[in-house]
Amino acid sequence: MSTLQTIASLIYLISAVCYVLGVHMMRSPKTARKGNGLSAIGMFMAVIMIIIEVVADGKITATGWIVLIAGLAVGLSYGVIKARKVPMTDVPQLVSLFNAVGGGAAAVIGIFDYLMKGDGVALSLAFSIPVFLDVIIGGITFSGSLIATGKLSGKVPGKPITFPGAKIVNIIVVLGMLVAAWFMLATPTNIWFVVLGLAMALIFGLLMTLPIGGADMPVVVSLLNAFTGLAVAFAGFVINNQVLIIAGALVGAAGTILTLQMAEAMNRSVANILAGGFGTGDSDSGSAGPDVPVDVKETSADDIGLQLAYAQNVMIVPGYGLAAAQAQHEVAELATVLTEKGINVNYAIHPVAGRMPGHMNVLLADVNVPYDQMKQLDDANPMFESTDVSLVIGANDVTNPLARESGNEISGMPILDVDKSKSVVVIKRSMSTGYAGIQNPLFSLDNTQMFFSDAKVGLQDIVAATKQYLDD
Amino acid sequence: MSEELFTNLAIFVLSLLVGFEVMSKIPATLQTPMMSGANAIHGVVVVGAFVIAAEANSWVFYILAFFGAVFAAINVAGGYTVTDRMLGMFDRKPKAKSEGDDSK
Repeated sequence: MSTLQTIASLIYLISAVCYVLGVHMMRSPKTARKGNGLSAIGMFMAVIMIIIEVVADGKITATGWIVLIAGLAVGLSYGVIKARKVPMTDVPQLVSLFNAVGGGAAAVIGIFDYLMKGDGVALSLAFSIPVFLDVIIGGITFSGSLIATGKLSGKVPGKPITFPGAKIVNIIVVLGMLVAAWFMLATPTNIWFVVLGLAMALIFGLLMTLPIGGADMPVVVSLLNAFTGLAVAFAGFVINNQVLIIAGALVGAAGTILTLQMAEAMNRSVANILAGGFGTGDSDSGSAGPDVPVDVKETSADDIGLQLAYAQNVMIVPGYGLAAAQAQHEVAELATVLTEKGINVNYAIHPVAGRMPGHMNVLLADVNVPYDQMKQLDDANPMFESTDVSLVIGANDVTNPLARESGNEISGMPILDVDKSKSVVVIKRSMSTGYAGIQNPLFSLDNTQMFFSDAKVGLQDIVAATKQYLDD
Repeated sequence: MSEELFTNLAIFVLSLLVGFEVMSKIPATLQTPMMSGANAIHGVVVVGAFVIAAEANSWVFYILAFFGAVFAAINVAGGYTVTDRMLGMFDRKPKAKSEGDDSK
């Protein structure tokens, strides 16, 4: 080992330590930002080191430099500008997009090294197996994450997309992948083998993601994120670079655990989600709910304003509908109006409220809601007994008391005990069911009133009404 | 099995175990930022983009190297930036400063 190689190995080791410690620190809100910073420092060190290695090696051509620098400049500026400008409601699809290109980059590395071997060369399994896995997994995450991005941003319909004969097509694609595996692993190199493998992987990514409903996308994005980690680790085997192996495996494993936790919070199993075709996806797609007439009381913005103005403890229960309507500014304004008059306002945040687990906290923090007003499930539930008005905004399944009973789709799912508060006001666009596709008895309780409106418009009216009563 | 491959395999398996251990239970609040942070870490693939660009010697490989560099750079730069932005929102900050943030 030359001196430079020794230094490089040490630097890569230090940067790998930074990633592990970074992830560790990101588990707690107090140290999370520093953790991400530490991980970024590790990344910076690894990049500086590879630049030194490439320069010292001296084999790179002038065109190679131009291609590299141009590519990095394009990617860097696009990534940073997107990341800076994106509204907080659109973060999930941006993360999914970043994940797609990560998988794409890993696949490109595999294809590059496979083709570099030249045509008709017999490969050792030690090389061909990682190359195959790299290209296949990278390809799947590339197309799969792009579809997930499209579904989250509404460019691809959120409802599960299936077509007649989908099963047969799936089987053909899997067979195609096995054929590609045979050719890539057991026969000498040929450009068309890797093209076949990539094509099958890209199609598989599409077929895997299209039938899954929009509301399940967070779990899918997280799963694909773990996949990309593995693809990057295999790319590390291909180019024999250990920092790729460590970081990729770390993300693959940590991402898997995260996926399981997200699925658990949504009371779904990952297998169930991947099977697809259950429910309708978006909770506001409307038509899905059976037209069962339910006895509910309707109310007006004016009446809600009156209730809020004379309440002592108000609990806001934000849900997917609030995120979809981008009504976080309005809800924060309402809370400010009430707090200024000495009314206690808190937010009860279900782990899966919003578009992704934890996304609601980010949305509310973005509009300067104080951190201590955001109550997580376990802290919020004991508070409902002493709550005068619970304001449920665009949330449904996470408040459904049926979860406490057995024998239905959401049995056992942790819910917010909204029904225990003195009065419940539900702001919702229609009586349609939530993602689970079942009726919510909360809506027909004696102490519940419904306000049928878009979250943003409805809240604006409520703010106006509340101000009027508070100013009296 | 070559020694190199064995070393890499050992590193791979141990890193997987570290990944499983280091995650344990995390609060739901941090799940989205954590996913984004992990997403940024696999942006380390940018190191691989350098490695292939250094070997490229004909137009097919230059094109591949270019796309590798673009993709990897988006992943790593965008990933860290958006994660930091998300986590920055949890810092209690004076209102004046946050308004400054919004304007950029």
